[in-house]
Amino acid sequence: MAGLDLRNLVKAYGRTEVLHGISLHVDDGEFVVLVGPSGCGKSTTLRLIAGLDEPTSGDIEIADRNVNRLEPKDRNVAMVFQNYAIYPHMTVRKNIGFGLRTSRLPKREKEKRLEEVAAILEMTDLLERKPAQLSGGQRQRVAIGRAMVRDPDVFLFDEPLSNLDAQLRTLMRLEIKKLHQRVGNTIIFVTHDQVEAMTMADRIVIMNDGNILQAGTPSDVYYNPANRFVAQFIGAPSMNMLPGLVAPDGVRLRNGSTVDVRIDAREGRPVEVGVRPDDFILDGPDPFIEGTVVVREPLGHETLVYLETPAGELTAKAGGRTPPELGQRLALGADTASIHVFDASTGESVRRR
Amino acid sequence: MGTTATYPGEDHRHRGPGYRQRSVFDAANLGQTVRWLLLLIGGILMIMPIMYMISTSLKWPHEIYDLALIPNEPHLENYWFVLEDGRFFRWFVNSIVIAAATTLSNVLFDSLVGYTLCKFRFPGRYLVFIAILSTLMIPTEMLVIPWYLMSQSFGWLDTHWGIMFPGLMTAFGTFLMKQFFETVPDDFIEAARIDGLNELEIWWRIAMPLVRPALAALAIFVFLGNWTAFIWPLIVTNSVEMYTLPVGLSSFGDEADVQWELIMTGAAISTLPTLVVFLIFQRFIIRGVVMAGLKG
Ligand SMILES: Nc1ncnc2c1ncn2[C@@H]1O[C@H](COP(=O)(O)OP(=O)(O)OP(=O)(O)O)[C@@H](O)[C@H]1O
Ligand SMILES: [Mg+2]
Repeated sequence: MAGLDLRNLVKAYGRTEVLHGISLHVDDGEFVVLVGPSGCGKSTTLRLIAGLDEPTSGDIEIADRNVNRLEPKDRNVAMVFQNYAIYPHMTVRKNIGFGLRTSRLPKREKEKRLEEVAAILEMTDLLERKPAQLSGGQRQRVAIGRAMVRDPDVFLFDEPLSNLDAQLRTLMRLEIKKLHQRVGNTIIFVTHDQVEAMTMADRIVIMNDGNILQAGTPSDVYYNPANRFVAQFIGAPSMNMLPGLVAPDGVRLRNGSTVDVRIDAREGRPVEVGVRPDDFILDGPDPFIEGTVVVREPLGHETLVYLETPAGELTAKAGGRTPPELGQRLALGADTASIHVFDASTGESVRRR
Repeated sequence: MGTTATYPGEDHRHRGPGYRQRSVFDAANLGQTVRWLLLLIGGILMIMPIMYMISTSLKWPHEIYDLALIPNEPHLENYWFVLEDGRFFRWFVNSIVIAAATTLSNVLFDSLVGYTLCKFRFPGRYLVFIAILSTLMIPTEMLVIPWYLMSQSFGWLDTHWGIMFPGLMTAFGTFLMKQFFETVPDDFIEAARIDGLNELEIWWRIAMPLVRPALAALAIFVFLGNWTAFIWPLIVTNSVEMYTLPVGLSSFGDEADVQWELIMTGAAISTLPTLVVFLIFQRFIIRGVVMAGLKG
C-alpha cells in the first residue's frame, strides 16, 4: 500500500489540452473521490494513473516511485471500469483469477486468495458461472473482485455504479466503503454524482474543464467552497446566487437591502451572495430579500419552495407539515455564518472567515 | 413474423375485444400465401441440381441423359467404383489438406492483421487498410498469370504449397475481421493490459474468443471457397496425384466421353465435408457473445 502523487499533469489529445496541469497528493489508504461534470477530465486522469495513456507532461508517482515510464501491469494499480469489462467468455473464477496472472504467488496461495475475495464479495456460489448468467450488481462485484485479488497499491474506480439502479447503487456504495475500511488500500473513485462523492470520500476533489477546483473533506467543500463552481456543484438543490455589489457594511443587493458579511474585496466590486436552500430562514429576523412562492415540491419531511424574487428565482426549504401556500409572500434571511460570497468575475470566494 | 403469431402461454380465449378470426381470403393472408409460394419456388430451384446430382450418381451410364429424377435401376456401383479408385481418395486428401491449411491460416492471419488495423494507432494505418481493400477489386483471372510465373520461378508448380499460397491470407477476411474487432470494446483490451497480458496474449486470449462468430463465418467461407476452387488448382497442377477434387472430377473421362455418373458420384461424396464443416462451425455463430461482459 502506498500513496500517490500527481505533479503538474498535462494531457493533450492532438492540439486540444484536456488536463491543464493538475497536482494532487493522495495519502496511503485514503479514499479520494474525483467528481465533476461530464467531460471535465476525470477518466483521463484515471487513465494516466493506470498507464493506459501517456501524460503530455508532468509526473505520476505511486508509492514514492515515478511510474511515468512503466507499463500498466508494472504500476501495481487495479482499475474497475464503468461498464465492468469482465471477460464474457470466462467463468467468474477465471475472471477474478485473471487479476493474479502476473503475481508470483504459488498456485495454492493464488487459489486461497481467490476464495477469500469471493467470500468477502459473497460470490462463492457464483464462481463457476459465466457473466451472462449474472445480474448487474453481481457483474459489478466480479469486476471489483478482479481488482481486489491483486491487492494493488491503488484502486481506480471509473464511475462503477452508474449502470446500477438507485437501490443497488446505494447498496454497492456501502459495500465499497466497507471494503475500503477492511482492506485499507488507497482508492481513487470517479463519479459525477455528488451524493456518491459526499458519502464515500475521505477527501473530495472537484474538477472542471481539466482543472482541480478544490480538494478537501466532504464537510470542507460543503461548508467552505473555494469558488462558485464548487458551491453550486456540491449540495442539492444547488446553492442560490444573489448578485450584488460590495458595500462598506457588507453586500448591497439589487433590491437595495444589505447582507451583513465581512469580505475581502474592494468596495463597488460586483459579487454574488451564495445561500444554500437549507440555510434560508423564512420570515425570520433581518431578512434581506422577499419573494412569492411559485412552486412547491413536497418531499415528505420537508418541502422545496421556489420563489420569485428581485434576484431571480430562489430555492428554499420549508418544513414538511406546514409548508407555505402558493402565492404567499415570504421574507428570506440567513445566518451570517452560512452566507458565502463569490467574486462575480473570477468566481473565487471572497468571504473573510 | 406473421400477424397471427401466438406467444407461449397466450390463451386464445383472452384475446382483446379488437380481435377477430382471420379469413383465408384476407389481404394479409393472401400476401402470406404468395410469399410462401415464392419461397417454395426458390427452394425447388436450389435443391434441383442436388437432386439430379444424387439421382445421376445412382444411374447406369446409358440412362444419364434420361431426365427422370428416379433412376430405372438405382444402384451403388458408381460409388464402389469411385471409392475403390485410388485417384479419388488421393484428390480427396489433397483437397482436405489444402482447404484445412488455408482455413487455419486465414483464421489466424486475417484476424491478426485485422486486429492490428483495428486496435492500434500507427502512421500509415489507413493507407495499409486501403491498400488491402483495393486488392479486392482485382479478379482472380488477372492474378493467375503472375501467380503462375511466381510459382514457376520458385519451383512451386505441382505442389500443395503452390496450390494454396495465393489463398493463405485474403483481403476479404482481413476486412471482415477488422470490422468485427470494432465490436470488441476497448475496455476489455485495457482491462487485460492492466491485468498484465502482453499484446499478443490480449489478441489471442481476449479478442479472439470475443469474435468467435466471425471466425466461424470466416472459416466456413474460406473452407468452401478452397474446397470448390477450380481455375488455379487446374493451372498449377500437372500430375494426377496433385489434383484437387474439382480438378480430378473434371478429368473423369476425356473430351469425347464424359463419365457424368462418375463425376456426379464424386461430387456427391465431396459435398459431405462441406456439410460437416458447416455443422461444426455454425453453432459458434451465436450473436451477443461480446455484450455479455458489459453493463447490467
Ligand atoms: N481519445 C481522445 N481523443 C480526443 N479527446 C478526448 C479523448 N478522450 C477524451 N477526450 C476529451 O477529453 C475530455 C475529458 O474526457 P474524460 O473522458 O476524461 O471526461 P470525464 O470527466 O471522464 O467525463 P464523463 O463523466 O463523461 O466520463 C473530453 O472533453 C473528451 O472529449
Ligand atoms: Mg469518464
